[in-house]
Amino acid sequence: MLNLPAFPAKFLIFVNKNTHTKNRFMKPRSLVDIGNYGKDDILRILKSAAKFKANPNRDYLQGKVCATLFFEPSTRTRLSFETAVNRLRGRIVGFSDAATSSSSKGESLKDTIMMVSNYTDLIIMRHHLEGSARYASEISPVPIINAGDGANQHPTQTLLDLFTIYETQGTLENLTITIVGDLKYGRAVHSLIQGLAHFRPTFHFVAPEELKIPDKYKQFCDKLAIRYREFSDFSPEAINSVDILYMTRVQRERFTDLMEYEKVKNVYVLHNDMLADSKPNLKVLHPLPRVKEISQDVDDNPKAYYFQQAKNGMFTRQAVICDLLGIEVE
Amino acid sequence: MKKELQVAALQNGTSIDHIPSDQVFKVVSLLQLDKLGNPITIGSNLTSKKMGKKGIIKIADKFFREDEINRIALVAPNVNLNIIKEYEVVDKKNVALPDTIIDIVKCNNPKCITNNEPMPTRFDVIDKEKVKLRCHYCEIRIEKEDIILK
Ligand SMILES: [Zn+2]
Repeated sequence: MLNLPAFPAKFLIFVNKNTHTKNRFMKPRSLVDIGNYGKDDILRILKSAAKFKANPNRDYLQGKVCATLFFEPSTRTRLSFETAVNRLRGRIVGFSDAATSSSSKGESLKDTIMMVSNYTDLIIMRHHLEGSARYASEISPVPIINAGDGANQHPTQTLLDLFTIYETQGTLENLTITIVGDLKYGRAVHSLIQGLAHFRPTFHFVAPEELKIPDKYKQFCDKLAIRYREFSDFSPEAINSVDILYMTRVQRERFTDLMEYEKVKNVYVLHNDMLADSKPNLKVLHPLPRVKEISQDVDDNPKAYYFQQAKNGMFTRQAVICDLLGIEVE
Repeated sequence: MKKELQVAALQNGTSIDHIPSDQVFKVVSLLQLDKLGNPITIGSNLTSKKMGKKGIIKIADKFFREDEINRIALVAPNVNLNIIKEYEVVDKKNVALPDTIIDIVKCNNPKCITNNEPMPTRFDVIDKEKVKLRCHYCEIRIEKEDIILK
């Protein structure tokens, strides 16, 4: 009965995109967002990361070229990815900040991605614009790894956090995790909550009033029946009963009221004596860089695990790269 | 007493009645009527018992697909949309908010890729009742009163 008109171009895009979303339920082709990784995906990556930790130098990427496109500079993350590729004997092309890339000449992200995907087998990108990695994954014929898109996502950070928790606790199930510091803006914190959600965690959120965990994440926990408590001071109660103490930076620029910052800046700092009555299996993690929130005297405590955590980033990234390229890790 | 029609009757086509008067031209643009060659009658600021003032659009020999109709759900969710054949209403359609809204709404996050790259926007409707959207790219949530059309 209906007299169908010719499809305008916009609707053709609509149809294509719909088919694309179906891919989200298959084995992921790109790593954009930790929310797209189910429990099985996470465990598969962690198992493979453990194999790389036992033996990091392998020739799985022989003959392959990976791009590191850092539209926004991040030396720490870039070195971790590039070392991961190097230890797999892959080659790397790319740039370390937008000033040396063609985007400084006004080239669109799409054109840069299309050009680089002509040359490479995988693209690792960091960009200051939110959603840039998702968009790149929709247009790129090769897998995309999101190495941070503005304040939005940084999924390999989450996977390395999960790997470190798994490694130190022997499990991810039924753990109690205290998260301290900037819970409002902390991207690593939000993704960690999402990533751990598959494993029946209990959270203790310790933050100053101005940087409390947003309602969105409390609702997320409520919906999944995940237990949590909120603390406004960094009390022994939040340390002594838990398995993981995840510290983050409280940054001055996040405060609208600088008086408030002055009041709290020394409150959310971990000193070695505060760990005296903690559980034997407790480990202290931090996404790094740290400023003052973990005092130097903690570093020699065997419960301090943030430097090993950073090192685990490399093994986790080796695992992610191989997973996306369909390489079986022996 | 003979009642005078405010807008001429339609022989075949689609009639969209009870459009809020201030949204008539948005409906025109969302349905891309400006690109059609068909005869189109547009009435605005007509008197309506129900609404005070209303708009009405009649498009001759044009029948929309559901996803086209649903494009107007954000601006005019309560219209009466009738399919007319030989001056008779043969079908009535309801406008429904789709699960996904492509390239109609602007993202409110200035740091979103969609505001910095020539590309269509895309929003998932996370609450149809309260009309809450989430950007498919930057994941920001937008409440009904903050929705801006592109
Ligand atoms: Zn957006």
